[in-house]
Amino acid sequence: MDQAGKLFNRLAATCVTLFALIWLIPFLWALITSLRPNDEIAAHPTRPWSNNWNLDAYRSAWNSSPLGWWYVNSFIISTLTVVFTVVVCSMAAFALVHLDFRGKYAVFALILAGLMLPTEALVLPQFMEFRALNLLGTYWAVILPSIALPVAVFVFHSFIKAIPIPLIEAARLDGASWWRIYLQVVMPLCRPAISAVAILTFITSWNAFLWPLLVLTQTKSQTVTVGLSSLVGGAAIQYAETMASAVLGILPLLAVFLLLQRQIAQGVANTGIK
Amino acid sequence: MTATAIPTSATGVDVQVRPETARGAARGHNRAGWLFATPFLVLYVAFLIGPVLIGLVISLFNTTTVKSGVGSWVGLSNYAEVLSQKDFWASMWHSVLFTLLTTPLLVLLPLLFAILASRMARKQWFFRLAFFAPYVVPSSAVCLIFAFMYTPETGLITNAFSWVGLTAPDFFGSTSGAWFAVVLLTLWWTFGFNFILYTAAIQEMSEEIYEAAAIDGAGPWQQIRMITIPLLRPTMGLVLMLQVLASLKVFDQIYILLAGGPAYSTRPVIQYIYDTGFTAYRGGYAAAATMVYFVILVVISAVWFLARRRNNPAKV
Repeated sequence: MDQAGKLFNRLAATCVTLFALIWLIPFLWALITSLRPNDEIAAHPTRPWSNNWNLDAYRSAWNSSPLGWWYVNSFIISTLTVVFTVVVCSMAAFALVHLDFRGKYAVFALILAGLMLPTEALVLPQFMEFRALNLLGTYWAVILPSIALPVAVFVFHSFIKAIPIPLIEAARLDGASWWRIYLQVVMPLCRPAISAVAILTFITSWNAFLWPLLVLTQTKSQTVTVGLSSLVGGAAIQYAETMASAVLGILPLLAVFLLLQRQIAQGVANTGIK
Repeated sequence: MTATAIPTSATGVDVQVRPETARGAARGHNRAGWLFATPFLVLYVAFLIGPVLIGLVISLFNTTTVKSGVGSWVGLSNYAEVLSQKDFWASMWHSVLFTLLTTPLLVLLPLLFAILASRMARKQWFFRLAFFAPYVVPSSAVCLIFAFMYTPETGLITNAFSWVGLTAPDFFGSTSGAWFAVVLLTLWWTFGFNFILYTAAIQEMSEEIYEAAAIDGAGPWQQIRMITIPLLRPTMGLVLMLQVLASLKVFDQIYILLAGGPAYSTRPVIQYIYDTGFTAYRGGYAAAATMVYFVILVVISAVWFLARRRNNPAKV
């Protein structure tokens, strides 16, 4: 490569690295603030070091809000949502690919149309429905509406379609039931699709805000995302404690992200779930 | 695969012993197909189609959110009121304004940085970490951190303005400052999603095109302009549409950071529905607003969807 080309690449590298470092500042700032004593923050608000690093803010953040409960609620809700979404959506996709049932094309069109339904806009009628069903305030109110996810069906659909048909026919000739083919032939081959749908559903479910805010009204039954929002604009002098809460709220998903970076990026690229 | 104890089906058709007849197979397909699709269809109809129909019905009644029951029939008067209500159109405009402010930034900046990052052979994991990590952070945690950085006098961002010789706007007290605050936060939070979409598309391009271009004497700038950007055009279309739809549905960050303020001057349409339906308890009226908003979103995605299918019929 010529001299100008090398220079260009070096310039690009510097520019994008600088930008990436700027992107990390909010994380670092929250972390630094959470480790400094409040009086020091008040005296020198923008100083990025401390003479007295300590974890006191974490203790008081943990004690002053039911963070433990929020973790438990978020974890149960997100996990159940993931399990149900993966099972229900992959079963539907399996039926659409391998089973010729009457009305199949109508079902397919219905799910395709579902890709265009903006569910976030429907919280009000959804709320009325769940009140009529007497499910408000329960985990089920949060879990049930997010299971039937058209995008997930299409992710599984494209994966299952790529499985060679002779494989299925051979299993059929061996006398395997459809249920067994689904469980023992198709699902093991769908592992990348399962992990993509599972990870993205987990993140979406953990970060959901408006719907859990509406249906989980008890402080103790809220999720991390909803619970933390009540701290915004609160006690203006407890900087360290507020930032400690934010760090604690970020931690679980950031850990998931650091462990599964590549899979998450691939999942987003393959599905475009948003 | 060995045929071990499989529970025989309820109709007594035993596939292990008797070879399937054509009609038997068709019946088996039909039954199994519906059995596999039923869990999805039940949930789908109950919780996606159901709310649309319920919204449609409630919007024709003067339902209140505090009492059960639909109330009494009012015909189309809820719609007439929504469409003539200034507050509704103001909130509609705020959602559109947010979309106009965020979409160009979130379509073009990630494109630029994905291209620049792709010029580097190593350190891809670092960019993925820095840009995409914010995307997995809950909206409320993002707002906690940014609210702290936007604090008047003492906040980091407020002070950053004075370091470069500018005066920081009033992030919570003025409308323009509030928009600035929420757009910057959104840029930081969701930048990574589009960055990943672009990066994946760039990585799918074959090395050979670039090698051939380099042999022909094309410099990096020419390679980007003549190869990368034209090949990225379909991805740009996808990112643009996903971004417009996501931005039109904005709620979390404006509600948590600003509560739609100052004086409702940033309140998006979802918060308008929330306020009228859950604070003023006017369920029927809020349902009418929901339906108007819903139809607008569906029309936008349907137009895009059809356009995409016509350009690329193979893709779902």
